[in-house]
Amino acid sequence: MTMAEPVGGRFGDFGGRYVPEPLVPACEELEAAFRSAWADDGFRGELNQLLADYAGRPSPLTECHRLSEELGLRLLLKREDLNHTGSHKINNVLGQALLAVRMGKTRLVAETGAGQHGVATATAAALLGLECVVYMGEVDMERQALNVFRMQLLGAEVRSAVSGSRTLKDAINEAMRDWVATVESSHYCLGSVMGPHPYPWMVRELHRVIGDEAREQCRQLLGSDPDVVTACVGGGSNAIGIFSGFVDGDAALVGVEPAGGAAIGRGVPGVVHGSKSFLMQDEHGQVLEAESISAGLDYPGIGPEHSHLAAIGRARYESVTDDEVVAAFELLSRTEGIIPALEPAHALAWVSRARGELAGQSVLLNLSGRGDKDVHQMMGRLAPDGGSSGGGSSNGDDGRSG
Amino acid sequence: MSTEPGALEAALRSRRSQGGKALVPYLTGGLGDWQAGLAAAADAGADAIEVGIPFSDPVIDGPVIQEANDRALADGITPLAVLDGLGRLDVGVPLAVMTYYNIAFRFGLERFASVLAERGVAAAILPDLPLEETGPWAEAADAAGVETVLLAAPTASDERLGWICARTRGFVYGVGLLGVTGVREELASSAVVMAGRLKQVTDVPVLVGVGVGTPEQAEEVCRVADGAVVGTAMVRRMMDEGPAAVGELVGRFRRALD
Repeated sequence: MTMAEPVGGRFGDFGGRYVPEPLVPACEELEAAFRSAWADDGFRGELNQLLADYAGRPSPLTECHRLSEELGLRLLLKREDLNHTGSHKINNVLGQALLAVRMGKTRLVAETGAGQHGVATATAAALLGLECVVYMGEVDMERQALNVFRMQLLGAEVRSAVSGSRTLKDAINEAMRDWVATVESSHYCLGSVMGPHPYPWMVRELHRVIGDEAREQCRQLLGSDPDVVTACVGGGSNAIGIFSGFVDGDAALVGVEPAGGAAIGRGVPGVVHGSKSFLMQDEHGQVLEAESISAGLDYPGIGPEHSHLAAIGRARYESVTDDEVVAAFELLSRTEGIIPALEPAHALAWVSRARGELAGQSVLLNLSGRGDKDVHQMMGRLAPDGGSSGGGSSNGDDGRSG
Repeated sequence: MSTEPGALEAALRSRRSQGGKALVPYLTGGLGDWQAGLAAAADAGADAIEVGIPFSDPVIDGPVIQEANDRALADGITPLAVLDGLGRLDVGVPLAVMTYYNIAFRFGLERFASVLAERGVAAAILPDLPLEETGPWAEAADAAGVETVLLAAPTASDERLGWICARTRGFVYGVGLLGVTGVREELASSAVVMAGRLKQVTDVPVLVGVGVGTPEQAEEVCRVADGAVVGTAMVRRMMDEGPAAVGELVGRFRRALD
């Protein structure tokens, strides 16, 4: 199989375009614009130039010698943490921002959880001279105050989402409400492989560079594909990006969800935010609030292509607890000198837990972001005596499980 | 499927054929004494009533209806409880439920349609189910005799408006402005334009909602439209003052339109 274009906006049974009528023409316009841009060497060349000269691609592949020895396997990291703005998010955002300019839009609207997508969007907006409004859950603004200030430095306006669980899900609701009202001048720069068609497909195509690079790097280093490719999954953009390089081959694909936001692990099919996919919901169809240590994965749904990959058995999805994630965060820091973001620490937590099953295998892990943004939160959890003076808004939660 | 218009469309056509304008207030199911609110609205001259089934993520709704949703959900309302409540009620005018697709999807489309029919609900409005996605639901609804009201928006081409009007049942819900539900100081010029564009492509009753918040705004849009849907203003009244005040407000809209 290949990761082809979705048929009729769907990946098997999943996907679609479940949006309010005012947004249907905008989705159609976006689909047509992306299709034309993606077939245009000029657009691709401009994007590739930015990815190289501005974002710093290609990102390296790092072999973890000490940690591999400790785990009894061969661990390779795809270093998306080394991109400009500190995560894989920049790949998608540069593409969408260029596309917005091409469509004549002057304003970007975005949602953000941990702040990584918001920072990336604000960065692209600054680079291309676009107005930028980022919606962020009130809870996340507290957890990720540094990223809020970062977005403001970059010239974006950060608006708090105060409804519902006040996290990523609610930020998406607010961004969609904004887009309904401003659709003629604004482009909704969605940050993951979710939402209505064409977003899941378009965002995957914009992150495909991760998998394409990693495949070549693995073949040079290993002489073949790795045995296992793994990545964390909230909406699932970094995972789809790296999976897309290997889905044609034999590597096992493993997505890792937070236990408190395991759409595939704990959900059933449903429709929210524009597409049909696995969704954590109650028996009446009310969407449940996700809860995890990582703001970036605090989402009750998952991108529709992941649901499809799970349904056809091409990828499997595991979940890990907050405590396992914290242990993995410390493990990578101590053994390799790399402080990971809490999101990819989920994937490492699974690798660490599954080390017996993975013994002797080569494992490629997408290190989707760096941990700078999480250091303050971890200080509150791991060194509460030495580091709580700065504001521990989330110390209540941290104290319970840590 | 019958070619006869359903109860909702029949009521709206009847109002129009008598030279009148239709008034369809909206109330959130499960919000306070909502059944008394429906009765008061019917007594005060509503032609039909839209009843919201609360959903956790109402993306087309503004802050007031979001708050109503949250309050009703916090009080433990469920979709079936709203429908059962409607089944016990006879307010003498057709009822339409308005909810988001996941509620119907989780319920099971055929079961949702048949429960609506059994509880005497004439129609359903699912604002996140646009024309291209409506197939499976519309099939179930048609089979059960439930009218599926589609939304039409200012962003659509005339060609698209035609397709929407051909598939809608009951009435076509013209979205008066680009934005979420809520009361604005003035009627958006797009509301009247929307009504006019829809009237040119269809004989189905054309009602305009979203941004129609005062009797004056309803009267203004109904110079062109066949009627108005009034949501946020009613829900605000219901939350602040209760069912009797809803009846009073419906009466003021009724007089403005007559």
